[in-house]
Amino acid sequence: MKNAAPLLEVSNLHTHFFTKSGTVKAVDGVNFEISPGETLGIVGESGSGKSMTAMSILGLVPSPPGRIVDGNIHFKGDNLLHKSPKQMRKIRGKEIAMIFQDPMSSLNPVFTIEKQMMETILAHENISKKQAKARILELLDLVGIPEPQKRLKSFPHEFSGGMRQRVMIAMALSCNPSLLIADEPTTALDVTIQAQILELLKRMQRELDMAIIMITHDLGVVAEVCDRVMVMYAGKPAEFSDTNNLFDNGKHPYTQGLMNSIPNITADKQQLKAIEGVPPDLHDLPDGCSFAPRCNHVMETCLSTDPELRKVGQNHQVRCLLYENYSTKAVET
Amino acid sequence: MLKYIAKRILLTIPVLIGVSVLTFSLIHLIPGDPAKSMLGTKATETQLKLLREELGLNDPYIVQYGNFVGKIIQGDLGESIQSNESIAYELLQKLPATIELTIFAMILAMAVGITAGVIAAVKQYSWFDNISMTGALFGVSMPIFWLGLMMILLFSVQLQLLPPSGRLSSSIELETITNFYLLDSILTWNWAAFKDAFFHLLMPGIALGTIPMAIIARMTRSSMLEVMRQDYIRTADAKGLKKRIIIFRHALKNAFLPVLTVIGLQFGFLLGGAVLTESIFSWPGVGRYVYLSVLGRDYPVVQSTILVIAIIFVFVNLITDLLYKYFDPRIRYK
Repeated sequence: MKNAAPLLEVSNLHTHFFTKSGTVKAVDGVNFEISPGETLGIVGESGSGKSMTAMSILGLVPSPPGRIVDGNIHFKGDNLLHKSPKQMRKIRGKEIAMIFQDPMSSLNPVFTIEKQMMETILAHENISKKQAKARILELLDLVGIPEPQKRLKSFPHEFSGGMRQRVMIAMALSCNPSLLIADEPTTALDVTIQAQILELLKRMQRELDMAIIMITHDLGVVAEVCDRVMVMYAGKPAEFSDTNNLFDNGKHPYTQGLMNSIPNITADKQQLKAIEGVPPDLHDLPDGCSFAPRCNHVMETCLSTDPELRKVGQNHQVRCLLYENYSTKAVET
Repeated sequence: MLKYIAKRILLTIPVLIGVSVLTFSLIHLIPGDPAKSMLGTKATETQLKLLREELGLNDPYIVQYGNFVGKIIQGDLGESIQSNESIAYELLQKLPATIELTIFAMILAMAVGITAGVIAAVKQYSWFDNISMTGALFGVSMPIFWLGLMMILLFSVQLQLLPPSGRLSSSIELETITNFYLLDSILTWNWAAFKDAFFHLLMPGIALGTIPMAIIARMTRSSMLEVMRQDYIRTADAKGLKKRIIIFRHALKNAFLPVLTVIGLQFGFLLGGAVLTESIFSWPGVGRYVYLSVLGRDYPVVQSTILVIAIIFVFVNLITDLLYKYFDPRIRYK
């Protein structure tokens, strides 16, 4: 897959919010690419800029106060940042679709699911209502809604959480998008339902050869579905790696902290190792590395020097001063 | 649904009993003697006594109340002391005038109020938002009688554009069928009467609609602001829908419930007769009827009319409640 031309290429993306209390650098220098059929995970705590990266791609940064101040987003070769609002509308929902965290609140409570799916299809495809309806039934069946014919006239509140997320997925897939952005699609669901939804997404991906950007704070989800992972911290990518490599050989102290905070069912009962401290105030980032105040390996230079993303292996990059002289210096991990 | 409606209608009975007791006692608690006001100050004590006897004013209150309710149940609202006409008949003459004025004022209030509220919310903190919301603040604070008088002064006296009072100019002939003049003039293809009736409606309609318009605009704005932040609006955006569809279909339908409540309440309130507006513009409706009856201490009219107004109010609220279901399918009637 990785040999194909990238479907989406985000380079040097900076999305800032200009508020009265100062400039918030929600996304501050993000680079990544994703190929057709590939799944990229974006992992990070709340406020790490992962959702805003997605919103930037879709052109939905709330403006004012937000604005993409620098960077490029190339999708199928075109720079999305040069598109008019009208052109972006044609891409949203058709070429790039998105599903959200909370299926309870992401569907409009006052319209039937038929109507909500219908309007998506009719907004992008030049087909009759009858054809659209046939497509809706097919999609609902595909995502595993039993007896779709009977559920067309149902309202969102008449579905369970998992079923609603299936409806959201059916809606997102209704125009065969080549990229699906899933923003914490399983966070609000029961664990058993989570597994079903992830399975569904993987199946849909295979059938439609669709790329997925999976935004999550759950490393379990990452392990389950992602080919590659970008760990984000305070608006910047902290580490970039193949999924397997990240779990075996995560280098950034933040990534290691995340790994340590996963409960282990085989180990003896022990306290979870949480990462000390709280995510930094984006209004007022520390000089130097923004993770330094919480880092176990903090050095003098970390407080003054903001590290660059540095290659430490095949498809593996880390933004950390511990690895500044990686080739020469052995690093304790 | 039908069960719910039946239940609601049955529930109006205690409300109406309450209203009848209240109006009855209120009338008898305020000072003044109807016999005296009817016969004038020169009436002798014997004359007054006779009249009181005739009207049953000497009976114990409980008997008076029993008579009043007994008659109403039979559909007899009694007769006006002042005009000796059947109150039911007089009300049927005046209700259409009030309903016509109310509907006109409310259509105006909704059209302007909802539009302004939506635009103000979508363009929050813009000049439009600031100006329209300041205007709405003036609207709710404006004394209606003052606004009415100023309009008469400007449009009738100074500019001589609009008639200052009444429903129709005396020079215009109109065959009445429903007593709704706009409707009657359309039914009889009477263009001159339609135009004249419309011009007569304009000023009282604006005066009456000002407060509801302001309330609706402010309610629509705050409700829209709330809804525009919801996740499903972001979903609609991510689906690539047009801004117009997102605002007017996805947001407004969700934002409409509290606005509908306000509209229902205001509608019922105005239908009860806009005493001030109808008095200023000499609009021959229920409000003015009550006002004149109070002045003339015409007890039966005041009692019956307030009861009729209460019934109307209750039914407007029932209709509002039933409309909720259309705007929010999550609502269940039990």
